[in-house]
Amino acid sequence: MTVTTFKPETAEQAAEAVRWALSEGEPLDVAGTGSKRELGRPMQTAYTLDLSGLNGVVAYEPEELVLTARAGTPMAVILPMLAEKRQQLAFEPQDPGPLFGRPAGQGTLGGVLACGLAGPRRISAGSARDHALGMEGVNGRGEVYKAGGKVVKNVTGYDVPKLMAGSFGTLTALTEVTVKVLPAPEDTRTLLLAGRDDAAAVEALTRAMQSPHEVSGAAHLPADVAARSGVRGVSGIGGAVTLVRLEGFGPSVAARVAALKEELGADAVLDREESLAVWREIRDVTFFGPLPNPPPLRRGGDESPSPASAGEGRGGGTGEHLLWKLSVPPADGARIAGAIRDRLDAALYFDWAGGLLWVATPSPDSAPAIRGLLNGSGHATLVRAPDDLRASVEVFQPLPEPLMALTRRVKDGFDPRGILSPGRMYAGV
Amino acid sequence: MRMPEPDAGVIARRREIVSALRAIVPGEGVIVDESELRAYECDGLTAYRQLPMVVVLPSTTEQVSQVLRTCKEMGVKVVPRGAGTSLSGGALPLADGVLLGMGKFNRILDLDFANRCAVVQPGVTNLGISNAVAHEGFYYAPDPSSQIACTIGGNIAENSGGVHCLKYGLTTNNVLGLEMVLMDGTILRLGGRHLDAGGYDLMGVITGSEGLLGVVTEVTVRILKKPATARAVLIGFPTSEQGGDCVAAIIAAGIIPGGMEMMDKPAIHAAEDFVHAGYPLDVEALLIVELDGPPAEVDHLIERVEAIAHSKGCCYSRVSTSEEERLAFWAGRKAAFPAVGRISPDYYCMDGTIPRKALPLVLQRMNEMSEKHGLRVANVFHAGDGNLHPLILYDANKPGELEKAEEFGNDILRLCVEVGGVLTGEHGVGVEKRDLMTDQFAPVDLEQQQRLKCAFDPDGLLNPGKVFPTLHRCAELGRLHVHKGELRFPDIPRF
Repeated sequence: MTVTTFKPETAEQAAEAVRWALSEGEPLDVAGTGSKRELGRPMQTAYTLDLSGLNGVVAYEPEELVLTARAGTPMAVILPMLAEKRQQLAFEPQDPGPLFGRPAGQGTLGGVLACGLAGPRRISAGSARDHALGMEGVNGRGEVYKAGGKVVKNVTGYDVPKLMAGSFGTLTALTEVTVKVLPAPEDTRTLLLAGRDDAAAVEALTRAMQSPHEVSGAAHLPADVAARSGVRGVSGIGGAVTLVRLEGFGPSVAARVAALKEELGADAVLDREESLAVWREIRDVTFFGPLPNPPPLRRGGDESPSPASAGEGRGGGTGEHLLWKLSVPPADGARIAGAIRDRLDAALYFDWAGGLLWVATPSPDSAPAIRGLLNGSGHATLVRAPDDLRASVEVFQPLPEPLMALTRRVKDGFDPRGILSPGRMYAGV
Repeated sequence: MRMPEPDAGVIARRREIVSALRAIVPGEGVIVDESELRAYECDGLTAYRQLPMVVVLPSTTEQVSQVLRTCKEMGVKVVPRGAGTSLSGGALPLADGVLLGMGKFNRILDLDFANRCAVVQPGVTNLGISNAVAHEGFYYAPDPSSQIACTIGGNIAENSGGVHCLKYGLTTNNVLGLEMVLMDGTILRLGGRHLDAGGYDLMGVITGSEGLLGVVTEVTVRILKKPATARAVLIGFPTSEQGGDCVAAIIAAGIIPGGMEMMDKPAIHAAEDFVHAGYPLDVEALLIVELDGPPAEVDHLIERVEAIAHSKGCCYSRVSTSEEERLAFWAGRKAAFPAVGRISPDYYCMDGTIPRKALPLVLQRMNEMSEKHGLRVANVFHAGDGNLHPLILYDANKPGELEKAEEFGNDILRLCVEVGGVLTGEHGVGVEKRDLMTDQFAPVDLEQQQRLKCAFDPDGLLNPGKVFPTLHRCAELGRLHVHKGELRFPDIPRF
């Protein structure tokens, strides 16, 4: 299918494109650089609204803890700018590019918010939604509107910026976003426990989270996953590895490492460099590698497909094409993981102190097995799968009918004609 | 302030409405007697009072569902209410409306330390949650100053903050799950004991929606281990500008204190006269900076904060050396409102947020306004996040003075918006700031918000007259005229 891409450079141009699409009844695939295009249900649109031309930081005031940028501003611009002032996006946004066989660092700030991506620090700092303060965007009526504010504390009107986080462009084409930024930790260390089984590991992570030591990362890599780490201090253990991250001011980290090492009976401490490296692997799920035939970076874009650095991810054999992300009550993590292993040929690991399971499986009919285990508490997202499967299996956790009905009405309130990425999350939404 | 015109037709059917409610909630759960209704005539914004048509106090989710469905069928408006501590009139009753009190939902349902959460009914007080988990060393982080009385359900409605929210977040950052009832009686569950509810972040929208979208019947909150230790520093400055600079420098140094409060001279004096906290009286601005966490961290940061304070020209600095002393530092700040109440017959508390860098300008303009309106003002300020609480002093018994205080307040909030801030940081819009919404938002912005409301409550029966200055029918808001082929192919870059 030939795809025409609109690439507006102003919010008003974006609105004009949406009004045209409305008048023609043509839905738009709302995208940034398209680095996360395979997240969600496959789209069948003839037109793409490419927001990557809305590029540039509008205001960054470190002392106000606020950054405003146009939605298409690359993360590769924003993250170094924050790092220079020793600040960060505390929700530790995942970079899923490599998962889909793309180079790292291709995403935009708007895309990170729209996909609601957060990393290991989710457990202490919150998710993307917790850092979304304000926005401007184009609704499905072709109107430019704004919501929220540009200060860190605001309850004026409904918190629409939160609603945008994780809405995958189905409610509004974001043109500008304001996010909360926070100091980056001065130092980082990771406690390592070797050879624990899933249950013992989650129990140790629970104890770490129940301590006053302000844990900012709590993961467990079973032996087969730990072996794939590029961090020698992890893969070299030769067995399962349980990791607890402590960040903050130097003297504080030193004191907490000492205390928690004792309390948990930890076997080793990873230094700053190894810590940064292993938590990046955990965040970006590099253990479960890319698909063998990576799709091009842009569909209908002006750049030639970049040769994906596909080989970077270790292990991603052809037997592990499907990738599931499960959010569950943390204390249930080990039990659910065990049940998954009983039912499926799967490799998996734990983040969020047991509350997040990344599951790789070759089984194309894994959806009922995985979702059947959740029992109404938690949700499972099919993060990576071939197009045909993502078209036939619900990618996002199916919602109970009353909630689905409300979801449709919310969509209708922003995009009554289904112009903005219809069907990306749920059929008809 | 005008509320929606009461519907005489609804009031005429009062008897019928009451008997329908009695069929759902038996006995004393339906209140019609005027002297008893009087207890519900206002919330914390006492300048506005209105007797509700009837009060209903359900005790189960099923009853809430039936009450709402019945009211929807009968075309009757509903105002939800927690403990009634709102400072913005969020729970102000309607003459032709049912007041839905959630006070009977006062049970703690489950304490789940393994998953670090508590499941409670919405009528449990904010402090009640912290007290219930204290034996395991846990607490619930958001701590609005009304925490003894205010309920978690009300906190959800208002997205309440508190002095610790710079570091630990507002209510919205500490809620994991909700059970709620829509106006048509539909019962929904959002989130749970896991992180991130699936689908759209409706929990994020409900939190802070001021009772306009649904009635919360169960709440799951995140609980945290108490910090190992906490110490506070009192820092005085010869000018409020230096105080503001010090706050900015602390944050620029990468320090996010557990609490960072600022008071101006009138507030310092009122508080000191009232509780004798030991505040210096010869400073223009006083900061309380609290550091919490492991002792090694707190000791380290206290030193750094003191060094920053001296570099910014502080003229007074004192570090708490005991828990009693730390609490004494806070006693003055926490008593600031009643302290101001002692020096003036009445006071009116405002709640705007500004970019902190605008503080000197805002304080100067506020002084000018104070002279113009002939009313004094005292300032307490959540300095870390730029949330101002100017207290306007007035005497309601003097004719016209309440109106003058309100006009002064409106001027302050417009100023907050003018310098890049917002109308309300934590108290909510309610009826109080409703008519100022057009100063912060364009009509297109407000219409989009109201279309979101339509998804939850298409008849506009839940808490009407709050937040939005103009009520529109959902049918009117939803209208969209599109003529195929009328627009030319847009003239923007394409490929």
